Amino acid sequence: MTSLSDNLELLTPEFALAGLAFLVFVVDLFLPEDRKGYLAWISVAGLLALIVGSLVMLWGEEEELYDGLLAVDAFSLFFKVFFMGIGVFIIFSSMDFVKDRLQHQGEFYGLILFSILGMNVMVQSRELLTAYISLELLSFSLYVLAAYAKDNAKSNESALKYIIVGAVSSAILLYGVSMVYGTLGVTKFDDIAAGLTVATEVSPALWVGVGLILVGLMFKVSAVPFHMWAPDVYEGAPYPVTAYLAIGSKAAAFALVLRLVSEGFVPAADRWEQWQLVIAVLAGLTMLVGNLVALAQRNLKRLMAYSSIGHAGFILAGIAALSASTDLASNGVMFYLVGYSITNLVVFAAIISFFNMTGKEMIADLGGLADHQPFLAASLAMGLFSLAGLPIFAGFTMKFYLFTAVATEGFLWLAGLAIFSSLISLYYYLQILRQVYIEPTPAGDGGGDFLEEHPALARRPSLPLLTVLASGLGGIIWLGIYPKPLIDAIEAASRAVMP
Amino acid sequence: MNDFDQVALLLLILVPLAGSLMMMFMPSDQGKESWYFAIFVAAISLVLSLVIFARYDYDQAGFQFLRTYEWLPGPLDINLALGIDGISAPLVLLNGIVLFGGVLISQTIKHRTRDFFVLLLALSAGVFGVFAVRDLFFLFFFYELAVLPMYLLIGVWGSSTDFGTFLRTKEYGAMKLILFLVAGSILIWVGILALYVEASNSGAATFSLQGLAQLAESGEFDSNFQTLVFPLFMVGFGILAGLWPFHTWSPDGHVAAPTAVSMLHAGVLMKLGAYGIIRVGMFLLPEGADNWMPVLISLGTVNVLYGAVSAMSQNDLKYVIGYSSVSHMGYVLMGIATLDNVGVGGAVLQMFSHGIMTALMFLLVGSIYEQTHTRDITVLNGLGSRMRVNTFFFVIAGLASLGLPGLSGFIAEFMVFTGAFRTYLPLAILAVIGAALTAVYILRLLARTFLGEADEQWASLNDASPIEMSVGAAFVGVIIFVGVWPEPLMRVINVGVQTIPGV
Repeated sequence: MTSLSDNLELLTPEFALAGLAFLVFVVDLFLPEDRKGYLAWISVAGLLALIVGSLVMLWGEEEELYDGLLAVDAFSLFFKVFFMGIGVFIIFSSMDFVKDRLQHQGEFYGLILFSILGMNVMVQSRELLTAYISLELLSFSLYVLAAYAKDNAKSNESALKYIIVGAVSSAILLYGVSMVYGTLGVTKFDDIAAGLTVATEVSPALWVGVGLILVGLMFKVSAVPFHMWAPDVYEGAPYPVTAYLAIGSKAAAFALVLRLVSEGFVPAADRWEQWQLVIAVLAGLTMLVGNLVALAQRNLKRLMAYSSIGHAGFILAGIAALSASTDLASNGVMFYLVGYSITNLVVFAAIISFFNMTGKEMIADLGGLADHQPFLAASLAMGLFSLAGLPIFAGFTMKFYLFTAVATEGFLWLAGLAIFSSLISLYYYLQILRQVYIEPTPAGDGGGDFLEEHPALARRPSLPLLTVLASGLGGIIWLGIYPKPLIDAIEAASRAVMP
Repeated sequence: MNDFDQVALLLLILVPLAGSLMMMFMPSDQGKESWYFAIFVAAISLVLSLVIFARYDYDQAGFQFLRTYEWLPGPLDINLALGIDGISAPLVLLNGIVLFGGVLISQTIKHRTRDFFVLLLALSAGVFGVFAVRDLFFLFFFYELAVLPMYLLIGVWGSSTDFGTFLRTKEYGAMKLILFLVAGSILIWVGILALYVEASNSGAATFSLQGLAQLAESGEFDSNFQTLVFPLFMVGFGILAGLWPFHTWSPDGHVAAPTAVSMLHAGVLMKLGAYGIIRVGMFLLPEGADNWMPVLISLGTVNVLYGAVSAMSQNDLKYVIGYSSVSHMGYVLMGIATLDNVGVGGAVLQMFSHGIMTALMFLLVGSIYEQTHTRDITVLNGLGSRMRVNTFFFVIAGLASLGLPGLSGFIAEFMVFTGAFRTYLPLAILAVIGAALTAVYILRLLARTFLGEADEQWASLNDASPIEMSVGAAFVGVIIFVGVWPEPLMRVINVGVQTIPGV
């Protein structure tokens, strides 16, 4: 047996990321108030360096650390680069908002970096407790971030709800872990799979344990019926944090689910078949409820919350379709996560720009946007078309890929339901576009002219947000027209976790 | 094959798509410049489609201009496989003609001009794409691309109808159209997935149309499966083709749309639906098609009669034409459903002929509306004395529509009737009655609007603008040309129709 510290250097990116987060905290102490903006640039530069560094260092690595607790493989490398990329774009989208509307900029970026560290460790973990600890690192950073607008009652309310629901779900998860350990005596994913395969009779306690683990994770990805917290938390949290919740934390939770299910459950084919149907039903419920309730929303953030619940349903359908015989479903899930994240970044960057200019977050306030901010309007339109699954954007190819995978696994009904839910989502996305392109500019609050009340509407969006929009649009059109390079990378990542 | 043939179809799709993307980066306040640029792009597309049609070799049947670009090999086996056959070649030409005409007469779009052309060109890239691909994924990809810009095109640049008691806003028309069409897409998408799963169960997972057709030929798709899946395509594509009772989006959508969009939509987009039924339904599911054809031909007959009766009682010029499209698409559906080579050939010819004819009608109505700001035929009268050329064109289009010999509509309808008489005699008789009803509403429209004495208020009207006149004259030329000498079109269509299994 090798010693624990033999290949510790493979964790260099994680150590460096933790160091970066501390660096941001420390530098914050010495920066005068008007230069705090540098912290964002330090974080971005650090993350970009880490992306390049990880790619150079870990490309092609296939190693285990700490006797198999952590895996350094193509799957974790793919998601680590992906999460750090999300981090860069989220920081870009936050800069103006944080400068104008929040206090304590240093901790904001530091916490984002810590949450990315949590995600990165989580996606590498192949053992329940390691996964749990990194999940908590992620969640605690997010609880604080949700409360960041400390003078805003809604932000506090949102954080309180988030921490209570989060704590309850963590407790459920942990209870499930302890029951699985109690019955099987193991916590590593592949040992669980082996235990499930060998056992001729599975004790009820094990079923309950696995069920509780799944319930805890369903809370994290906000699947119906464990989704109630999401709209309130999304609405109250500061805008960039809402974007981060909808994109980063959701993608990370799904990455964990993907690894847990593919390494821990799928190899035990007989048992997995029984669970597939349960997850498929949950997925169907999630997509239907998320998209139907979204129809009634007037607030942009709540709408995006329900829309993200709907998308979680689609991704969950992909999870239900995971199988040992083909990697189509796991490819589909990863492709969908990437496409969905980039698309949502575009949509959120556009509505964050609008919020920075006006401080408004209702759908009706978007009236006439196409006249005074044509580029924002066009970006929003393309982003929403992509979310609705229309070509030539990422949304079409990712949905087609994922739904094909779901149908191939024998869930044609679920794929049909998903396609039908997409139609529902198209309706509310079009309602936003109707405001943007067709309806006139609303009257201002004082009954005066909307444009005069919000002079910022006449100015260009800021450079960081334009960067997010432009690169995001490039990304969704690229993925919509020629996704092969990404799919190649995804297939390599899939092979690392598929049995 | 020379170098041009290698890339012809790729260019056909890429030219409008690249044009659309390039225009996004033009300054948004340059209305006139955007129009010139769009004309330039549409002209290249027209030339390309003409050359492709002319170079299609009808001595060798089947797909030509073949080219396959690897896109996503592996388990999904999706490739950008290009190629056109005798059925799609005339439709490519049709889109080239109508697109060019539509862009030319769009100088009246003054508001957010650039965005209008961005969407219009993206839409036509989608249409070219559907006709030019041999892969199910890309067929659906381009199909959706052709449908998606409609919401904004109608919602932003369209016009509302207000007849006091009868109010139809453009937002209503746009949303109704998009929801109906996307509902159709759902069925198509599920059908595509079902085909893929069935193919993958037989060990040859693919989205290639030819690969799937071979599976169908070798009996891999059993009869039950075909009967179950065919209606998904029949109704899904049928919605876009205006199939009764799912046609109601069509008049509302056409009426609300700006002129160029009505032209493209009624002229070309509805044909995508009929084309989809042939290309996907009949080629891949011949047994299913055989079982369902009695239903399709009955619905098609209802289309013919229902559309004609509805058109008779409309007072809005555009609604008359909108319902006449529903009625005429009925002939297309009937022709397809005869499964008879004359009938199906007639259907394809009818697609071409109706595309030109209805585009011409919408063009003329647009030109009238531009000046009068009303389309109410109880208010409009005696325009013939003021707008001579416009009236003349309208009469030609109307006569073609009611099937006057010597114009394009006659041959197409005659072939459809011949096919129907051979197969479903009673329905054929009903359809002939429908053709007689066409005469009623067309003559009613002509008499009310163009004949008689003009009111005072119409005294100052001018004739169609020179651009509208030249586009109209070109369309009239095509209608007469096809009516007098259909041979060049028919021999291409015939080699296409002969390859359909079961015909």
